[in-house]
Amino acid sequence: MKILWELYRSFFVIGGLTFGGGYAMLPMLQRELVDNKKWVTNDDLLNYFAIGQCTPGVIAVNTATLVGYRMRKVPGAIAGTLGVISPSIIIITVIAAVLENFMDILWVQQAFAGIRVAVCALILSSVVKLCKSNIKHKWQLIPAVGALALSLLGASPVIVVALCIVGSLFLGRKVKSHG
Amino acid sequence: MGELLTICLEFFKTGLFALGGGLATLPFLSQMQQTYGWFSAEELANMIAVGESTPGPIGVNMATYVGYSASGVAGALTATLSLVLPSLIVVCLIAGVLDKFQKNRYVENAFSVIRPAVTGLIAVAGLTVVKIALFVDGQVAFAALDWKAVALFVVLSAAVMIPKLKKLHPVVFILAGAVMGVVLGM
Repeated sequence: MKILWELYRSFFVIGGLTFGGGYAMLPMLQRELVDNKKWVTNDDLLNYFAIGQCTPGVIAVNTATLVGYRMRKVPGAIAGTLGVISPSIIIITVIAAVLENFMDILWVQQAFAGIRVAVCALILSSVVKLCKSNIKHKWQLIPAVGALALSLLGASPVIVVALCIVGSLFLGRKVKSHG
Repeated sequence: MGELLTICLEFFKTGLFALGGGLATLPFLSQMQQTYGWFSAEELANMIAVGESTPGPIGVNMATYVGYSASGVAGALTATLSLVLPSLIVVCLIAGVLDKFQKNRYVENAFSVIRPAVTGLIAVAGLTVVKIALFVDGQVAFAALDWKAVALFVVLSAAVMIPKLKKLHPVVFILAGAVMGVVLGM
Protein backbone atom coordinates (compact mmCIF):
# COMPACT_ATOMS: atom_id res chain seq x y z
CA MET A 1 0.00 0.00 0.00
CA LYS A 2 2.82 2.38 0.88
CA ILE A 3 4.50 1.87 -2.49
CA LEU A 4 1.23 2.68 -4.30
CA TRP A 5 1.02 5.97 -2.42
CA GLU A 6 4.65 6.69 -3.30
CA LEU A 7 3.99 5.94 -6.97
CA TYR A 8 1.03 8.31 -6.89
CA ARG A 9 3.05 11.01 -5.17
CA SER A 10 6.08 10.71 -7.48
CA PHE A 11 3.97 10.95 -10.60
CA PHE A 12 1.95 13.79 -9.07
CA VAL A 13 5.20 15.73 -8.69
CA ILE A 14 6.26 14.87 -12.24
CA GLY A 15 2.87 15.89 -13.67
CA GLY A 16 2.80 19.08 -11.62
CA LEU A 17 6.28 20.27 -12.51
CA THR A 18 6.50 19.46 -16.21
CA PHE A 19 5.41 21.99 -18.76
CA GLY A 20 4.32 20.72 -22.16
CA GLY A 21 4.57 16.96 -21.72
CA GLY A 22 6.28 14.74 -24.28
CA TYR A 23 10.04 15.06 -24.36
CA ALA A 24 9.92 17.95 -21.90
CA MET A 25 8.93 15.34 -19.35
CA LEU A 26 11.97 13.11 -19.80
CA PRO A 27 14.45 15.03 -17.58
CA MET A 28 11.86 15.15 -14.77
CA LEU A 29 11.19 11.41 -15.09
CA GLN A 30 14.92 10.71 -14.99
CA ARG A 31 15.47 12.78 -11.89
CA GLU A 32 12.54 11.39 -9.94
CA LEU A 33 12.43 7.74 -11.05
CA VAL A 34 16.08 6.97 -11.83
CA ASP A 35 18.07 9.26 -9.51
CA ASN A 36 15.77 9.80 -6.51
CA LYS A 37 13.69 6.64 -6.25
CA LYS A 38 15.95 4.25 -8.18
CA TRP A 39 12.83 2.38 -9.33
CA VAL A 40 14.04 1.98 -12.91
CA THR A 41 17.33 2.33 -14.78
CA ASN A 42 17.85 5.04 -17.35
CA ASP A 43 17.79 2.44 -20.16
CA ASP A 44 14.48 1.05 -18.88
CA LEU A 45 13.03 4.54 -18.80
CA LEU A 46 14.09 5.38 -22.36
CA ASN A 47 12.62 2.06 -23.45
CA TYR A 48 9.30 2.78 -21.69
CA PHE A 49 9.28 6.20 -23.26
CA ALA A 50 9.72 4.69 -26.72
CA ILE A 51 6.92 2.20 -26.07
CA GLY A 52 4.74 5.03 -24.75
CA GLN A 53 4.94 6.56 -28.21
CA CYS A 54 3.51 3.51 -29.97
CA THR A 55 0.62 2.80 -27.62
CA PRO A 56 -2.61 4.81 -27.75
CA GLY A 57 -2.97 8.02 -25.80
CA VAL A 58 -0.77 10.64 -24.19
CA ILE A 59 2.93 9.63 -24.07
CA ALA A 60 3.55 10.94 -20.56
CA VAL A 61 0.53 9.04 -19.25
CA ASN A 62 1.63 5.83 -20.98
CA THR A 63 5.07 6.11 -19.41
CA ALA A 64 3.51 6.57 -15.95
CA THR A 65 1.25 3.57 -16.54
CA LEU A 66 4.17 1.39 -17.65
CA VAL A 67 6.43 2.30 -14.74
CA GLY A 68 3.55 1.76 -12.32
CA TYR A 69 2.76 -1.60 -13.90
CA ARG A 70 6.37 -2.73 -13.65
CA MET A 71 6.41 -1.80 -9.96
CA ARG A 72 3.08 -3.21 -8.75
CA LYS A 73 1.08 -4.65 -11.69
CA VAL A 74 -2.42 -3.22 -12.30
CA PRO A 75 -2.77 -1.34 -8.95
CA GLY A 76 0.62 0.25 -9.62
CA ALA A 77 -0.41 1.21 -13.15
CA ILE A 78 -3.56 2.87 -11.78
CA ALA A 79 -1.63 4.71 -9.05
CA GLY A 80 0.97 6.06 -11.52
CA THR A 81 -1.67 7.10 -14.05
CA LEU A 82 -3.86 8.88 -11.47
CA GLY A 83 -0.77 10.60 -10.08
CA VAL A 84 0.33 12.07 -13.40
CA ILE A 85 -3.15 13.40 -14.29
CA SER A 86 -4.15 14.78 -10.88
CA PRO A 87 -2.22 18.09 -11.10
CA SER A 88 -3.73 18.80 -14.54
CA ILE A 89 -7.24 18.18 -13.27
CA ILE A 90 -6.76 20.55 -10.33
CA ILE A 91 -4.84 23.30 -12.13
CA ILE A 92 -6.93 23.36 -15.32
CA THR A 93 -10.26 23.26 -13.47
CA VAL A 94 -9.21 26.25 -11.36
CA ILE A 95 -7.95 28.19 -14.42
CA ALA A 96 -11.06 27.37 -16.46
CA ALA A 97 -13.31 28.52 -13.59
CA VAL A 98 -11.32 31.73 -13.08
CA LEU A 99 -11.12 32.56 -16.81
CA GLU A 100 -14.88 32.20 -17.17
CA ASN A 101 -15.25 35.21 -14.88
CA PHE A 102 -12.60 37.37 -16.54
CA MET A 103 -13.52 36.86 -20.17
CA ASP A 104 -15.82 39.92 -20.34
CA ILE A 105 -12.96 42.30 -19.52
CA LEU A 106 -11.81 44.06 -22.70
CA TRP A 107 -8.05 43.72 -22.21
CA VAL A 108 -8.38 40.03 -21.33
CA GLN A 109 -10.23 39.53 -24.62
CA GLN A 110 -7.50 41.45 -26.46
CA ALA A 111 -4.79 39.41 -24.77
CA PHE A 112 -6.50 36.18 -25.81
CA ALA A 113 -6.92 37.45 -29.40
CA GLY A 114 -3.12 37.85 -29.42
CA ILE A 115 -2.63 34.49 -27.71
CA ARG A 116 -4.71 32.74 -30.40
CA VAL A 117 -2.36 34.15 -33.04
CA ALA A 118 0.60 32.84 -31.03
CA VAL A 119 -1.10 29.42 -30.91
CA CYS A 120 -1.31 29.46 -34.74
CA ALA A 121 2.43 30.10 -34.92
CA LEU A 122 3.13 27.29 -32.42
CA ILE A 123 0.94 24.82 -34.32
CA LEU A 124 2.68 25.79 -37.56
CA SER A 125 6.06 25.09 -35.97
CA SER A 126 4.76 21.76 -34.55
CA VAL A 127 3.51 20.72 -37.99
CA VAL A 128 6.87 21.61 -39.58
CA LYS A 129 8.67 19.57 -36.91
CA LEU A 130 6.24 16.64 -37.33
CA CYS A 131 6.73 16.70 -41.12
CA LYS A 132 10.47 16.41 -40.62
CA SER A 133 10.29 13.56 -38.12
CA ASN A 134 7.27 11.66 -39.49
CA ILE A 135 7.70 11.87 -43.25
CA LYS A 136 10.97 10.17 -44.03
CA HIS A 137 10.08 8.27 -47.20
CA LYS A 138 8.42 9.70 -50.32
CA TRP A 139 5.55 7.19 -50.07
CA GLN A 140 4.68 8.58 -46.61
CA LEU A 141 3.42 11.69 -48.36
CA ILE A 142 0.45 9.55 -49.43
CA PRO A 143 -0.96 9.01 -45.90
CA ALA A 144 -0.02 12.59 -44.96
CA VAL A 145 -1.80 14.21 -47.91
CA GLY A 146 -4.57 11.61 -47.84
CA ALA A 147 -5.32 12.29 -44.16
CA LEU A 148 -5.22 16.02 -44.84
CA ALA A 149 -7.72 15.70 -47.70
CA LEU A 150 -10.05 13.30 -45.86
CA SER A 151 -10.04 15.52 -42.80
CA LEU A 152 -10.79 18.63 -44.88
CA LEU A 153 -13.72 16.71 -46.37
CA GLY A 154 -14.99 16.13 -42.83
CA ALA A 155 -13.86 12.54 -42.16
CA SER A 156 -13.45 11.73 -38.49
CA PRO A 157 -9.89 11.19 -37.22
CA VAL A 158 -10.98 7.73 -36.02
CA ILE A 159 -11.75 6.73 -39.62
CA VAL A 160 -8.42 8.10 -40.82
CA VAL A 161 -6.41 6.21 -38.18
CA ALA A 162 -8.40 3.02 -38.84
CA LEU A 163 -7.72 3.33 -42.58
CA CYS A 164 -4.00 3.74 -41.82
CA ILE A 165 -3.95 0.56 -39.76
CA VAL A 166 -5.75 -1.38 -42.50
CA GLY A 167 -3.52 0.15 -45.17
CA SER A 168 -0.36 -0.77 -43.27
CA LEU A 169 -1.27 -4.46 -43.59
CA PHE A 170 -0.59 -4.13 -47.32
CA LEU A 171 2.96 -2.93 -46.79
CA GLY A 172 5.00 -5.84 -48.06
CA ARG A 173 8.09 -5.60 -45.94
CA LYS A 174 9.09 -4.12 -42.66
CA VAL A 175 9.47 -0.35 -42.80
CA LYS A 176 11.86 1.48 -40.53
CA SER A 177 10.24 4.85 -40.19
CA HIS A 178 11.17 6.13 -36.81
CA GLY A 179 14.19 6.59 -34.60
CA MET B 1 -26.10 12.42 -16.91
CA GLY B 2 -26.53 11.81 -20.65
CA GLU B 3 -23.97 14.49 -21.35
CA LEU B 4 -21.41 12.87 -19.06
CA LEU B 5 -21.90 9.60 -20.91
CA THR B 6 -21.27 11.37 -24.23
CA ILE B 7 -18.12 12.98 -22.79
CA CYS B 8 -16.98 9.60 -21.52
CA LEU B 9 -17.47 7.90 -24.91
CA GLU B 10 -15.88 10.73 -26.91
CA PHE B 11 -12.77 10.85 -24.73
CA PHE B 12 -12.42 7.08 -24.54
CA LYS B 13 -12.41 7.13 -28.35
CA THR B 14 -9.86 9.96 -28.32
CA GLY B 15 -7.62 8.08 -25.90
CA LEU B 16 -7.79 4.98 -28.04
CA PHE B 17 -7.18 6.58 -31.44
CA ALA B 18 -4.99 9.59 -30.61
CA LEU B 19 -1.65 8.10 -31.59
CA GLY B 20 1.62 9.93 -31.86
CA GLY B 21 1.55 12.11 -28.75
CA GLY B 22 1.59 15.87 -28.20
CA LEU B 23 -1.08 17.55 -30.27
CA ALA B 24 -2.51 14.20 -31.49
CA THR B 25 -5.70 14.79 -29.48
CA LEU B 26 -6.30 18.13 -31.21
CA PRO B 27 -8.09 16.73 -34.31
CA PHE B 28 -10.52 14.91 -31.98
CA LEU B 29 -11.20 18.04 -29.91
CA SER B 30 -11.73 20.03 -33.08
CA GLN B 31 -14.28 17.47 -34.21
CA MET B 32 -16.06 17.60 -30.81
CA GLN B 33 -16.23 21.38 -31.15
CA GLN B 34 -18.02 21.05 -34.49
CA THR B 35 -20.31 18.22 -33.38
CA TYR B 36 -21.47 19.18 -29.89
CA GLY B 37 -21.01 22.94 -29.50
CA TRP B 38 -19.70 22.50 -25.95
CA PHE B 39 -17.27 25.32 -26.69
CA SER B 40 -16.48 27.72 -29.53
CA ALA B 41 -13.52 27.63 -31.91
CA GLU B 42 -12.10 30.64 -30.00
CA GLU B 43 -12.30 28.68 -26.77
CA LEU B 44 -10.54 25.73 -28.41
CA ALA B 45 -7.63 28.03 -29.27
CA ASN B 46 -7.64 29.40 -25.71
CA MET B 47 -7.53 25.82 -24.40
CA ILE B 48 -4.47 25.02 -26.49
CA ALA B 49 -2.77 28.12 -25.07
CA VAL B 50 -3.71 27.26 -21.47
CA GLY B 51 -2.75 23.62 -22.03
CA GLU B 52 0.68 24.58 -23.34
CA SER B 53 1.43 27.10 -20.61
CA THR B 54 0.40 25.14 -17.52
CA PRO B 55 2.11 22.11 -15.94
CA GLY B 56 1.16 18.62 -17.08
CA PRO B 57 0.89 16.84 -20.44
CA ILE B 58 -0.90 19.04 -22.98
CA GLY B 59 -3.25 16.21 -24.05
CA VAL B 60 -4.45 15.74 -20.47
CA ASN B 61 -4.74 19.49 -19.87
CA MET B 62 -6.88 20.03 -22.96
CA ALA B 63 -9.14 17.08 -22.07
CA THR B 64 -9.73 18.51 -18.58
CA TYR B 65 -10.52 21.92 -20.09
CA VAL B 66 -12.93 20.56 -22.69
CA GLY B 67 -14.67 18.44 -20.04
CA TYR B 68 -15.01 21.47 -17.77
CA SER B 69 -16.46 23.60 -20.59
CA ALA B 70 -18.96 20.89 -21.44
CA SER B 71 -20.13 19.95 -17.97
CA GLY B 72 -18.25 21.62 -15.10
CA VAL B 73 -16.08 19.76 -12.59
CA ALA B 74 -17.87 16.44 -13.20
CA GLY B 75 -17.20 16.86 -16.91
CA ALA B 76 -13.52 17.65 -16.29
CA LEU B 77 -13.10 14.49 -14.22
CA THR B 78 -15.05 12.33 -16.68
CA ALA B 79 -13.12 13.59 -19.73
CA THR B 80 -9.69 13.13 -18.17
CA LEU B 81 -10.35 9.69 -16.71
CA SER B 82 -11.94 8.49 -19.96
CA LEU B 83 -8.96 9.77 -21.95
CA VAL B 84 -6.47 7.70 -19.93
CA LEU B 85 -8.59 4.58 -19.56
CA PRO B 86 -7.64 3.09 -22.99
CA SER B 87 -3.94 3.72 -22.25
CA LEU B 88 -4.31 1.95 -18.94
CA ILE B 89 -6.03 -1.05 -20.51
CA VAL B 90 -3.70 -1.35 -23.51
CA VAL B 91 -0.52 -0.89 -21.49
CA CYS B 92 -1.57 -3.51 -18.93
CA LEU B 93 -2.47 -5.91 -21.74
CA ILE B 94 0.82 -5.59 -23.59
CA ALA B 95 3.08 -5.15 -20.54
CA GLY B 96 4.07 -8.81 -20.62
CA VAL B 97 5.21 -8.69 -24.24
CA LEU B 98 6.59 -5.16 -24.33
CA ASP B 99 9.80 -5.72 -26.21
CA LYS B 100 8.15 -7.92 -28.79
CA PHE B 101 5.33 -5.41 -29.22
CA GLN B 102 7.62 -2.49 -29.92
CA LYS B 103 9.66 -4.39 -32.50
CA ASN B 104 6.70 -6.18 -34.06
CA ARG B 105 6.59 -5.78 -37.83
CA TYR B 106 2.88 -4.96 -37.94
CA VAL B 107 3.13 -2.38 -35.15
CA GLU B 108 6.09 -0.68 -36.83
CA ASN B 109 4.40 -0.72 -40.21
CA ALA B 110 1.17 0.66 -38.77
CA PHE B 111 3.04 3.55 -37.18
CA SER B 112 4.97 4.28 -40.35
CA VAL B 113 1.57 5.02 -41.94
CA ILE B 114 -0.13 6.57 -38.89
CA ARG B 115 2.61 9.10 -38.07
CA PRO B 116 2.49 10.97 -41.41
CA ALA B 117 -1.33 10.79 -41.36
CA VAL B 118 -1.48 12.32 -37.87
CA THR B 119 0.69 15.14 -39.19
CA GLY B 120 -1.98 15.83 -41.82
CA LEU B 121 -4.78 15.65 -39.22
CA ILE B 122 -3.03 18.11 -36.91
CA ALA B 123 -2.46 20.50 -39.83
CA VAL B 124 -6.20 20.52 -40.59
CA ALA B 125 -7.10 20.99 -36.91
CA GLY B 126 -4.62 23.88 -36.89
CA LEU B 127 -6.59 25.51 -39.72
CA THR B 128 -9.62 25.72 -37.38
CA VAL B 129 -7.53 27.90 -35.12
CA VAL B 130 -6.11 29.94 -38.03
CA LYS B 131 -9.65 30.64 -39.20
CA ILE B 132 -10.73 32.25 -35.95
CA ALA B 133 -7.38 33.87 -35.11
CA LEU B 134 -6.59 35.58 -38.42
CA PHE B 135 -10.04 36.34 -39.85
CA VAL B 136 -12.73 38.66 -38.49
CA ASP B 137 -15.62 36.54 -37.17
CA GLY B 138 -14.04 33.42 -38.70
CA GLN B 139 -15.12 34.48 -42.23
CA VAL B 140 -12.54 33.01 -44.59
CA ALA B 141 -12.25 35.77 -47.21
CA PHE B 142 -9.57 38.24 -48.18
CA ALA B 143 -11.72 41.17 -47.09
CA ALA B 144 -12.18 39.59 -43.66
CA LEU B 145 -8.46 39.24 -42.93
CA ASP B 146 -7.53 40.82 -39.63
CA TRP B 147 -4.31 42.59 -40.66
CA LYS B 148 -3.05 43.20 -37.13
CA ALA B 149 -3.38 39.46 -36.47
CA VAL B 150 -1.71 38.57 -39.78
CA ALA B 151 1.24 40.86 -39.04
CA LEU B 152 1.62 39.38 -35.55
CA PHE B 153 1.35 35.86 -37.01
CA VAL B 154 4.14 36.53 -39.52
CA VAL B 155 6.41 37.95 -36.81
CA LEU B 156 5.71 35.15 -34.29
CA SER B 157 5.99 32.37 -36.91
CA ALA B 158 9.34 33.77 -38.04
CA ALA B 159 10.45 33.93 -34.39
CA VAL B 160 9.40 30.31 -33.70
CA MET B 161 11.45 29.15 -36.69
CA ILE B 162 14.67 30.95 -35.67
CA PRO B 163 17.02 28.22 -34.36
CA LYS B 164 18.04 30.23 -31.29
CA LEU B 165 14.47 31.10 -30.32
CA LYS B 166 12.72 27.86 -31.16
CA LYS B 167 14.17 26.13 -28.10
CA LEU B 168 12.32 28.63 -25.89
CA HIS B 169 9.29 27.31 -24.08
CA PRO B 170 5.96 27.86 -25.92
CA VAL B 171 4.75 29.92 -22.95
CA VAL B 172 7.19 32.67 -24.03
CA PHE B 173 5.46 33.02 -27.40
CA ILE B 174 2.03 32.82 -25.77
CA LEU B 175 2.94 35.65 -23.38
CA ALA B 176 4.35 37.67 -26.30
CA GLY B 177 1.04 37.14 -28.11
CA ALA B 178 -0.93 38.27 -25.05
CA VAL B 179 1.12 41.47 -24.65
CA MET B 180 0.89 42.31 -28.36
CA GLY B 181 -2.85 41.60 -28.32
CA VAL B 182 -3.34 44.27 -25.65
CA VAL B 183 -0.82 46.71 -27.16
CA LEU B 184 -2.37 46.46 -30.64
CA GLY B 185 -5.92 46.51 -29.21
CA MET B 186 -6.90 43.37 -31.12
